[in-house]
Parts: sequence; C-alpha cells; structure tokens
Amino acid sequence: MGITSSKQLLEMHKECKATFEKYPKKVIVCCGTGCIANGARKIVEAFQAALAERKIKDFSIEAVKETGCHGFCEQGPLVVIEPHGTFYTHVKPKDVEAIVEKSIAGGEVIEPLLYTNPVTGNKVERYQDVSFFTHQHRIALRNLGKIAAHDIRDYIAVGGYQGLAKVLTSMTPDQVIDLIADSGLRGRGGGGFPAGKKWRTCRNVESDVRYVICNGDEGDPGAFMDRSMMEGDPHSVLEGMMIAAFAVGAKNGYIYVREEYPLAVIHLQKAIQDCEKHGLLGDNILGTNFSFRIRINRGAGAFVCGESSALMRSVAGEVGEPRAKYIHSVIKGLWDKPTVLNNVETYANVPIIAMNGPEWFKSIGVKNNSGTKVFSLVGKVRNTGLIEVAMGTTLREIIYDIGGGMLDGRPFKAVQTGGPSGGCLPAPQLDLPVDFDSLTAVGSMMGSGGMIVMDDKTCMVDVARYFLHFLVSESCGKCVPCREGLYQLHELTERVCTGEATEADLEKMEKLSEVVITASLCGLGKSGPNPLMSTIKYFRDEYLTHIREKRCPAAVCKKLITYTVIEEKCTGCMACITACAYNAITGERKKPHFIHQEKCEKCGACVAVCKPDAILVE
Amino acid sequence: MKHDLSHLPGIFARHQQKPEALIMILQDIQKEYRYLPCEALQETAKALHVPLSKVFSVATFYNAFSLHPKGKNVVRICVGTACHIRGAALIQDQIENALSLKAGQTSADMQFSIEVVACVGACAMAPVVIVNEQYHGSVKPSGAKRLVKGVQ
Repeated sequence: MGITSSKQLLEMHKECKATFEKYPKKVIVCCGTGCIANGARKIVEAFQAALAERKIKDFSIEAVKETGCHGFCEQGPLVVIEPHGTFYTHVKPKDVEAIVEKSIAGGEVIEPLLYTNPVTGNKVERYQDVSFFTHQHRIALRNLGKIAAHDIRDYIAVGGYQGLAKVLTSMTPDQVIDLIADSGLRGRGGGGFPAGKKWRTCRNVESDVRYVICNGDEGDPGAFMDRSMMEGDPHSVLEGMMIAAFAVGAKNGYIYVREEYPLAVIHLQKAIQDCEKHGLLGDNILGTNFSFRIRINRGAGAFVCGESSALMRSVAGEVGEPRAKYIHSVIKGLWDKPTVLNNVETYANVPIIAMNGPEWFKSIGVKNNSGTKVFSLVGKVRNTGLIEVAMGTTLREIIYDIGGGMLDGRPFKAVQTGGPSGGCLPAPQLDLPVDFDSLTAVGSMMGSGGMIVMDDKTCMVDVARYFLHFLVSESCGKCVPCREGLYQLHELTERVCTGEATEADLEKMEKLSEVVITASLCGLGKSGPNPLMSTIKYFRDEYLTHIREKRCPAAVCKKLITYTVIEEKCTGCMACITACAYNAITGERKKPHFIHQEKCEKCGACVAVCKPDAILVE
Repeated sequence: MKHDLSHLPGIFARHQQKPEALIMILQDIQKEYRYLPCEALQETAKALHVPLSKVFSVATFYNAFSLHPKGKNVVRICVGTACHIRGAALIQDQIENALSLKAGQTSADMQFSIEVVACVGACAMAPVVIVNEQYHGSVKPSGAKRLVKGVQ
C-alpha cells in the first residue's frame, strides 16, 4: 500500500522502528562486495541453519542483518554482535555455532575471533574501540553496517525519507536550494563545485523539462566509495536525488552505474521498486504535486563516461564522447535539457542536511569545505578500507591513526589522491589538511576519494607510467592533445622506466604536459598529466636516478633490476626452482642456488616463495 | 559461426526498441552470447531503425563489448591502482604463463580468456583476481597459478 502523506510516513516510521528495535540483540553480517568475496553469504546461511532450531531469549533470526559495507574489507567476513558491539573478523562458517552458543545465548566473547590491533598486538573487543573506526566521522556512510541494505523498512526505521517529507511539505524549491547552498555542500565527485549553485542554475533555466542524474560511474582505479554506498544504502542516494529533483523541478532521474558493479545495480533496482510500491516514487509523492521517477543505466566500461557531458551522451545510448562545454551541461545537458548531475556521495549527504540543517553541516569540517569526505584508504597501509573523515583531517591522521601506519613497518614514501587526475604527495606533505582547496594547491586533487599509500618499494616513475597507460587506453580520441599528447607522455615515461631516457626528455615531458593541460577538451586530458607532473615535482631525484644511473631505487622497473641469490642466506630448499616458470634458477638441495640472468623474466615468483628472504632485487 | 537469433526479439521488446536503449540492448545480447555476434548487430540496427555504423561505433567504443567470442572460463585480473601497487603485474605474469595466453586473448580450444580490468572496486583486498565471477583477494604470485589450474 502506498504512503500518501507525511503523517502516514511518520506512522510507518514508528512501526518499522518498533520492529527494528524489537530484539535488543542483533547480529550484523557485513555483506559488502569484499565480505561476500570472502564468504559472507555462507556465514548468513550458517546463522540461518544454526538458529532454525535454537530458541534464544530476546533474539530471533530476524535480528540477523545483512548490511552494507563496514569499510574494513581486509578483515572480512565481519560479524558484529549488538548492543555490546562485539567485533569478530575473518569469521568462517564453522565459527557460527560457537558465536550463537557463546556470544548470543551466553554473552561471552570468543577471543580468537577478535580483531588484533596491528600496532600494539592487543585484541580489541568492541567495534567502537577499533582505531580504524574511532577516528572516523560518518555522515554519508551513516547507515552502512547498521541497516539491511535491501530493506526499505529498515531505512524508514532509522528516519529514512523524513528529509524528503520535510522538504515536500514545508519548503519551497527555492528554500531547498538555499538550504543546500547555505550548507556549503560541494560536489563529492572530484571537482568540488558547490551543489546549491549548480541546482540554482538549473532551476533558473527556462525549460519545460529538467533532469537529475546520479553519477555512479566510479571509474577512478583504486576507489570504491560509491560502490559501497549504492550497495549498502541505496535509499539514501534515492532520497537525495528526490530532494534534488524537487528543488530543480525535474520529473525524471537517471542513475548511471558502472558496469563492474552488478550488486549495486541489484540493490538499487530493489530500492526503486520498493519506493514505487510505497508511493515514494511515481505520481503525487506523499500526496503532494511532486512526481518523480528514476531509471538505472548501466555503464559499459568507459572511464571517460564519468565526465558529465560524456555520461549524458551514454545515457542517451550514444558513444560516450565529451563535448566542449561553452554551454554547461547544467543548462544544456541530457537531450539538451537542463540537467543536474551529482555523484553518489553528494546525494547521500543531501537527506541528512535537509533534516539537520545547514548550520549543523557547516559545523563539521573546515571553512569552505563543510562536512566529511569518504576515502578508500588502500595500498601499503595496515588497515585498508573505506573511511569517512571530517574535511580538514590531515593525511597523517588518516594514514597513521585510522590506517594503523605502514604495512610491514616500511617507510612512507607517497600518497596518491584523486586517481588518474590527481597527484602523488611526499612525506613533507603529511600534515596537509585534506580538503578540496588544500589538495589542489599542492598539485593533487580530492577526486572522488581514492587514497593510495605507497612505500619505498613503490617506484614513482612506474606509478606515473601506470596512470598514463590507463589514460591512453581510456582517452576517447576525440581531441588531439589528449589522444596524442598522453600517448607521447606515456612513451617518454616508458623510456625512463627502461633506462633509455635522457635529461632532455624530462624537460620535453614537462613542456608537453603543459600543452595537454591547456588544450584538451575535457577533464580527462586537462588533468591527465597531473600524476606525471606531481611525481616529477616531488620525486625528481628518482627520475634522475633512472636516467643517469640506469637504476630503479624501488626495484620495480624490470629493465633496470636484477635478481640474485644471497648465498649466505640461501638454505637450498629448492622452492624457488619449482616456482620459476622460466627455468631460470638452478641448484642442488642444501646448496646455494643460482639465477641465470639471460633466462630471468623478473616475474617475482621466486621472491614470493623464498622463506629466508635470500633473493636480492636491485 | 551461426547463432540462434531467437533471443533477440525478446531483448528488443524488453527495451521497447528505443534507440536510446542501444547500450542496454547490446549488454543483454552480450550476456546471452558472451560476445556480440555480427548477425546480432545487424538485427539490432534493423530493429531500432538506426544505421549499422552507429551500432558498430557503440559496440567498439565501450570496453564491456567484445566482437570476438570469449572462452568458457574468464579470468579477470584487476590492475587498479591499489592492485598495481601490491603487485598485480607479477600476478598477471604468472597467470599468463600458466595458461600460455596473453591478456585480451582467448585460448584456441575456447576454454580460457584472460582480461585485465582497470578496477573492480575491491581495492581493500588487493591484488584481486576474478575467475568466473568468483573473487579472490590478497593473491600472491606463488598462488596465482593455482587459481586457474583449479578450474581446468
């Protein structure tokens, strides 16, 4: 039955809340993509099997929640027992019976399943006390790991769609735009354009039709924030879009989801259907004059479609080539109609801003950068995963307090933000506050929120080459500076990696980068040389070592390194001989082995199997 | 290669033969046949009343589409930034070597295809290899071969 007024919605909220809180105990099984890959579905089945026969006071199978991503994917599958917050990591199906008996029925803690703090080596009992979580400030991710992702009743139970109800029943579209503008919400997709300003421009264009689009084409390699939000809390995204649609006067909305995210599509589809069933999408929503529908478009694997004008062409079923934006897409966008395009995280912030007001949002973060930002903290840190921090948090706090410091205790070298459009920042920048303006000032950018930490074993030339290679294959080819310029930059960087470059090449790279930045048509080309420029700026010495000494200090560039056996360390176990696919290693048992350089392909297989660490790569 | 084209009318009908649904139609065709057969592209052009050249340009622009049949088992190696930093190239070496195939190729017996993908969004478990939709995280070079040998 549909909900036809905000009063009915409030009643449903009360009813859903009562169901949600019926059992004081809850078992939360993380079912984000990471945990599912690690076997979370089997854990849920094991709980169902274990609880089918077993009666426990104050508990039932309904209180086992399959939630969205907690962000701590590396430790998955994760199980949390509420209300205490007992936090179990790496749970296996065979552990479930013990969890049911001891932790749920008995209230005991199973020590071996607890998380071990990698810095202190101590076990941590409660979710709230894990340093990965304590330093976070969760707004956009507010419901992830709390409610069942596919259940609209859970979302309504925690106050879902109340923001929409408030907006529809007590505000005018202009007031909504003022509210978002006052809050200082900036687009979380990368550029940081003020959302309120965008909405106002769209509303002020003379037109009978307007569109709202959600950009879920999270193409930056190394970033998975939007994926987790679409999978784990699809209703927040839908509610944000609805509020935007009301504000700008749109009747139709589109969510463009990346091809690689099938689970996100399933959960969004379910969420849209549930909304239609409950009258939250369709005609006369909550008994008002507001009508709105949302359709999902799956991307087809093109990075450039993250660019607004390319994305809009792709939604229209065309080749996703960007166009010159003398006229912005907010004025002439999808099918040449005024279109508001924001990304997933931006929309997820909207409902809670509508509820709590702009002052509340501005109180979080720093000046001109209100609120929080979600990052995917990955690479060579101890705790990898999805995090959300207030704007202005320093890189050091993120990497050391939340990330637990560097993996294997190796030295920090750089952190890459902003994906292929961003840059690499060195150790002296660790105390930089993370916000849109500070990052841009030092030659990187916020981007959508990838944060990749690198140690001394990461070659910065190789990183630049990696991003250029990516961009060359993703450049749509429409404009020459991007198509040819990035190609040449990649060739030149490749030459540095193989030791064939000269110092003159380095200057050529810098000059060409400027041309590509100045003359490219869209953001892909305009920001494409950033990874290269920033690494040359901060790690020039490393480039020079490759060029002058023909040496890769991080031992990554294959043409410049050799693998040799350290005879004193080699125990003669023959493991590397078996591992080597190229028959490049010979030797007898219990005698030091030998690597034949002419056969060695530098694939790293021997290093991976060598227990005494007897293979030197330099 | 001759194909059973009887699935196509159903796919066209599901998308009401709208030209703006071209990408979604091609996605459905690819799901059905695991690639885009030439005849299916011709039928699509006819059904949507758009030039074949337009269908072809969309089919070749997007990475998700393949004009060549894929193997029975598809091994996808993630080479996103997080995976790259944690040694995806070494994993790729091992898998290519184990299957005697290069990324982007399909074996002559149609058993295996290797693909590299720019990021599958499972960065916290890097490096990641996906064998027939099954995700494998924290893959080590020494364990990479086992992932593909298991399905042979």
